[in-house]
Amino acid sequence: MAFDKMKLRDIEVWDGNFAAAQALRQCQVDVVSAYPITPSTAIVEGYAKFKSDNFVEGEFIMVESEHAAMSGCIGAAAAGGRVATATSSQGLALMSETLYQASGMRLPIVLNLVNRALASPLNVNGDHSDMYMVRDSGWIQFDAFNPQEAYDLNFIAFKVSEDHDIRLPAIVNQDGFMTSHTAQGVATMDDDTAFGFVGTYKPMNDMLDFEHPVTHGVQTEEDWHFEHKARQHNDLMTKAGPKIDEVFADFKKLTGRKYSQVETYDMEDADVAVFCLGTSVETAREVAKEMRTRGIKAGVVGLRVIRPFPFAQVQATLKDVKAVAVLDRSSPNGAAGAMFNEVTTAMYSAENSPLISGYIYGLGGRDLTKVHLVDLYNELDTNVKAGKVTTPLQQFIGVRGPKLAYL
Amino acid sequence: MSEMKKIKNLKEFSTSADRFEGANLLCPGCAHSIIVREVLNATNDDLVLAASTGCLEVCTAVYPYTSWDASWIHIGFENGSTAVAGAETMYKALKTKGRLKQPDRTPKFVAFGGDGASYDIGFQWISGCMERNHDMMYVVLDNEVYANTGGQRSSSTPIGSSATTTPAGSISYGEKINKKDMMGIMGAHHIPYAAQVAPNKWKDMVKKIQKGFATEGAVFINAVSPCTTEWKFDPKDTMHIADLATDTLVFPLYEIIDGRQYNITYRPKNVVPVEEYLAAQGRFKHLFKDQYKYLIKEWQERVDENWAYLQRREEAKV
Repeated sequence: MAFDKMKLRDIEVWDGNFAAAQALRQCQVDVVSAYPITPSTAIVEGYAKFKSDNFVEGEFIMVESEHAAMSGCIGAAAAGGRVATATSSQGLALMSETLYQASGMRLPIVLNLVNRALASPLNVNGDHSDMYMVRDSGWIQFDAFNPQEAYDLNFIAFKVSEDHDIRLPAIVNQDGFMTSHTAQGVATMDDDTAFGFVGTYKPMNDMLDFEHPVTHGVQTEEDWHFEHKARQHNDLMTKAGPKIDEVFADFKKLTGRKYSQVETYDMEDADVAVFCLGTSVETAREVAKEMRTRGIKAGVVGLRVIRPFPFAQVQATLKDVKAVAVLDRSSPNGAAGAMFNEVTTAMYSAENSPLISGYIYGLGGRDLTKVHLVDLYNELDTNVKAGKVTTPLQQFIGVRGPKLAYL
Repeated sequence: MSEMKKIKNLKEFSTSADRFEGANLLCPGCAHSIIVREVLNATNDDLVLAASTGCLEVCTAVYPYTSWDASWIHIGFENGSTAVAGAETMYKALKTKGRLKQPDRTPKFVAFGGDGASYDIGFQWISGCMERNHDMMYVVLDNEVYANTGGQRSSSTPIGSSATTTPAGSISYGEKINKKDMMGIMGAHHIPYAAQVAPNKWKDMVKKIQKGFATEGAVFINAVSPCTTEWKFDPKDTMHIADLATDTLVFPLYEIIDGRQYNITYRPKNVVPVEEYLAAQGRFKHLFKDQYKYLIKEWQERVDENWAYLQRREEAKV
């Protein structure tokens, strides 16, 4: 039975989860292997409904755990077709073993990761501790700041991931609830245009090609393991970035929507900048505009591509800035913030480095308010005037009790 | 069209097309390779294979070599079943979408795992695959121990066996817990076909494997795999030990259809006392000390009781 196409309005009102589900439908994914978990559940529920209503021709299996979900994705991808899943938090933690296996086996898979705090204490709301937990897993990682981007980045992720020069799985992050459950206007593509962008899956080393049997997931020890890992890292460092830029350019040509590995807002002449991820980018953009009316040249940097980390682009973006605050929505548990470390490392070797200070915020879905950001920009302004970081390098913002600051 | 091999004799069977090469790193006398060949040689159809981490996996796919002349995948210790289930799901998807490269083929999907990978760490994954009734076969290479990592007990290790984590000692007879009834558990999934097989009874095994391949839906096979290294017997005696396993009824050969109908497929003409099976293996050596001899008697009682139970199930047809 042929599947039905869906007629969409030019602008639909979708939350991030439904936007991602629609993108999976339009990409005509061959196998979705998934397990539900808040707040990503609605992605697979949406997809299941599409399947029940004959809008999906591919197979959809609800398995018994997130580990099995990704295991099924790996088997399906090795068999030779387009594969996707979705998860959050504890689910990602459970499947983390298989994330390394998927990337090490060079299998293109798209994982929608709806960011949520890691227990304990148990918490269903958004922070970035799950995203950071798998940052070294060899997956390409994109970050969507709103439902539109959650939709768009899925198409981009498939196209990058499945490219025969790349062959690495990709995560599309979006903030739990803040993006996943907040409906906004989403500019859509019609089904044919959308599928045309990603195209029919082109298999490589597919197990279902019986004329060319392949062995997937071999054993290597000290004799070959290093070379395999080095090659994977090399492809992330040298090939994935240019490919992402190429696909961003193709996507802009098709839709007019422009993406960059490092997104900048009011950064042309900025003296002070907030560097952050997810929905905080949009909050910071509003505050930056307000700060400018108060005479502070404020800007915002949002990281679109977390892996491979766009080292050179971050350097270029921050080279003329005088003070930067790097925001981490995850408890570093005994170290400087994860993103703080990434940015300071990039700027340490740059010709000009701004004054960099780190902030820990929003754990377990705690709001980042405009007032927080006003204070933060003022601190940066103070740093600029003093010519040095006048605050501790790591401050917690928005947490109850006495002020927490370290380093 | 699906094609089952016609096999007349052991010589013909053992020399038929190899999709599992003799070039592998398994111990001399290991039953794993014999079982794998018996499974693979039962069909001429294309194969999509998986192995969970374990002896079979580490001995057959050491880069840049492979012993497999068929599509093969290994992911981890617990998920060989789901790897094949994922591939089978992709096969269905591409068939529906008309994108199979060789649409006339009728591939068989088979996952192999040791008892550690199956009875223990991969138990949930297998249960999921059986419950969803993927068109696949899961084969346990049951050597009743974590052999690849040097002989630790699994939930398949039988009472009285000395394993490295349940060693026999001055105050211990080794493993204290009875072997998990995996066949019963798989039967309770009401899958279309489950069978216990042994490499020495190759005709019985091929019949069951071919029945499994002809079955639409999930198939579970538990194959006894005598382990020369951990059971501690001479590598030349593998088949002798397997004969003792089946003829003492320690490993009765039977099948379960749709989780209900039990069929016993081998009734030894002369049932051998369990004591002979235990005496032939170093892992049970300590049971022959005076203080543990009562365990041998208990062993025989357990085996008799299980055999009686299987016969009752067979007769009752429920």
